Amino acid sequence: MNAVLERPPQAAATAPKLIVRDLNFYYGGFHALKHVNLEIPENKVTAFIGPSGCGKSTLLRTFNRMFELYPEQRAMGEILLHGENLLTSKQDVSLIRARIGMVFQKPTPFPMSIYDNIAFGVRLFEDLPRGRMDERVEWALTKAALWKEVKDKLHQSGNSLSGGQQQRLCIARGIAVKPEILLLDEPCSALDPISTAKIEELISELKSDYTVVIVTHNMQQAARVSDYTAYMYLGEMVEFGETDLLFLKPQKQATEDYITGRFG
Amino acid sequence: MSAAAPGPISGANPTYRRRRRMNAVMMAVSTLALAFGLFWLAWIIGVLLWQGAGALRLSLFTEMTPPPGGDGGLANAIYGSVLMAGTGTLIGTPVGILAGTYLAEYGRRGWLAPATRFINDVLLSAPSIVIGLFVYAVYVSQVRHFSGWAGAFALAIIVVPVVVRTTDDMLQLVPNSLREAAAALGCPTWKMITLVSYRAARAGIVTGVLLAIARIAGETAPLLFTALNNQFWSSDMNKPMANLPVVIFQFAMSPYDDWHRLAWGGAALITLLVLAINIAARILFRK
Repeated sequence: MNAVLERPPQAAATAPKLIVRDLNFYYGGFHALKHVNLEIPENKVTAFIGPSGCGKSTLLRTFNRMFELYPEQRAMGEILLHGENLLTSKQDVSLIRARIGMVFQKPTPFPMSIYDNIAFGVRLFEDLPRGRMDERVEWALTKAALWKEVKDKLHQSGNSLSGGQQQRLCIARGIAVKPEILLLDEPCSALDPISTAKIEELISELKSDYTVVIVTHNMQQAARVSDYTAYMYLGEMVEFGETDLLFLKPQKQATEDYITGRFG
Repeated sequence: MSAAAPGPISGANPTYRRRRRMNAVMMAVSTLALAFGLFWLAWIIGVLLWQGAGALRLSLFTEMTPPPGGDGGLANAIYGSVLMAGTGTLIGTPVGILAGTYLAEYGRRGWLAPATRFINDVLLSAPSIVIGLFVYAVYVSQVRHFSGWAGAFALAIIVVPVVVRTTDDMLQLVPNSLREAAAALGCPTWKMITLVSYRAARAGIVTGVLLAIARIAGETAPLLFTALNNQFWSSDMNKPMANLPVVIFQFAMSPYDDWHRLAWGGAALITLLVLAINIAARILFRK
């Protein structure tokens, strides 16, 4: 892990992986994201914080077009990955989701074995022989710091694991497809402190290979794991910058009120 | 009166005592209701086994239905029932599962799914004699003879709404978070349904099919108008076909003791089969 102390002061100074331009989002008639602009730096952890209903999860779910599962939701604007707008219908949504993985609030192991949970996503895009698949499963589980705990029970149901293990299984499942970006939607909110610590440690390790974006309710967590933090309120991007700066010297009064607990 | 701090709640507290009394009364009433239901069920099974036990022997499965006064079995009726119920299930199950899948997985937008669900519920509670008459009108009266196919079609029409309903219900129970998780991996919808939703709802869907089989195993009215009956062994689905419910009906209505005995045997057989299917469904669902 590289030291992240001598970072350039501007978020944009690091190569941006994902560029959000003038993004608006609607749940039916409700305007949930208002003219959001953001550049998510590559191989860093970016955290979205803000009170409930501020749109941080909504923003995350536009990155892999998850909202398209629901007919009444729509997004307008640009989300650029490698210079291409992900929101245009020309883009193959399955490929976008393979490149941008997601882990949810509640652990969601599929009703199948631990091995098949990991292999599920891989099989959608690659036809690996058994041996290579075994390697991939071991690789993903090792990355997610779960291999040692499950290597002797790969063929047991994914549901047999504890909550924290299930969440790491879901992270391993996301990694196994080899995405470029990993979206974590409050990944620790259903977990106990020990499991949370493990996941946080894991997030710090993952950023050497992936661009990680995490939504969290927990400001301490944002401060611990992220390099950059975005504070959102009522669908607007209030402030975005380096985590240390945002927490120590927020530029906006609203941000300061929120992080000091005077509001929200 | 001074506002004294409330003391600890005592057992003599009238509100609490009234609640306790109410609880005891409701408990007694529900237990009685349970006993009432079980009593009739036990009586039916008891009488069936008592009367049918004499007929439940090997010849029931090996010999044909006899003419009046003769001894025999129900082999042709059992065979016909299995054939028609089997064909009906084979036709009705895929239709039912696919329609249920549409309702639960694709029918989120628009009016088609809610309308289909409503009509399906109507079909689910339609009297089976109506379905028998329907198949009689559109098929039997056109080809001018009763047949095993007509019976199987009528049974299939009964299977469809049962399977649609259970498949729909069971898929609705699959948490949306699983679907999102599959979609988030770049999984196309049809793979998400076949690999994740079906797998999560498998026990429930299979249970629905089993319950549909149990339902059609004893249906009499639709077969009376379609397959009718056949005194002889016949595996030709284009001919009238013997089946347990109609044979039971015919034999039970007759004045002959031998036929009565066979009717009891057939009734006991169907009941035990339905019981076994229900138990299997229970065990499957528990897993």
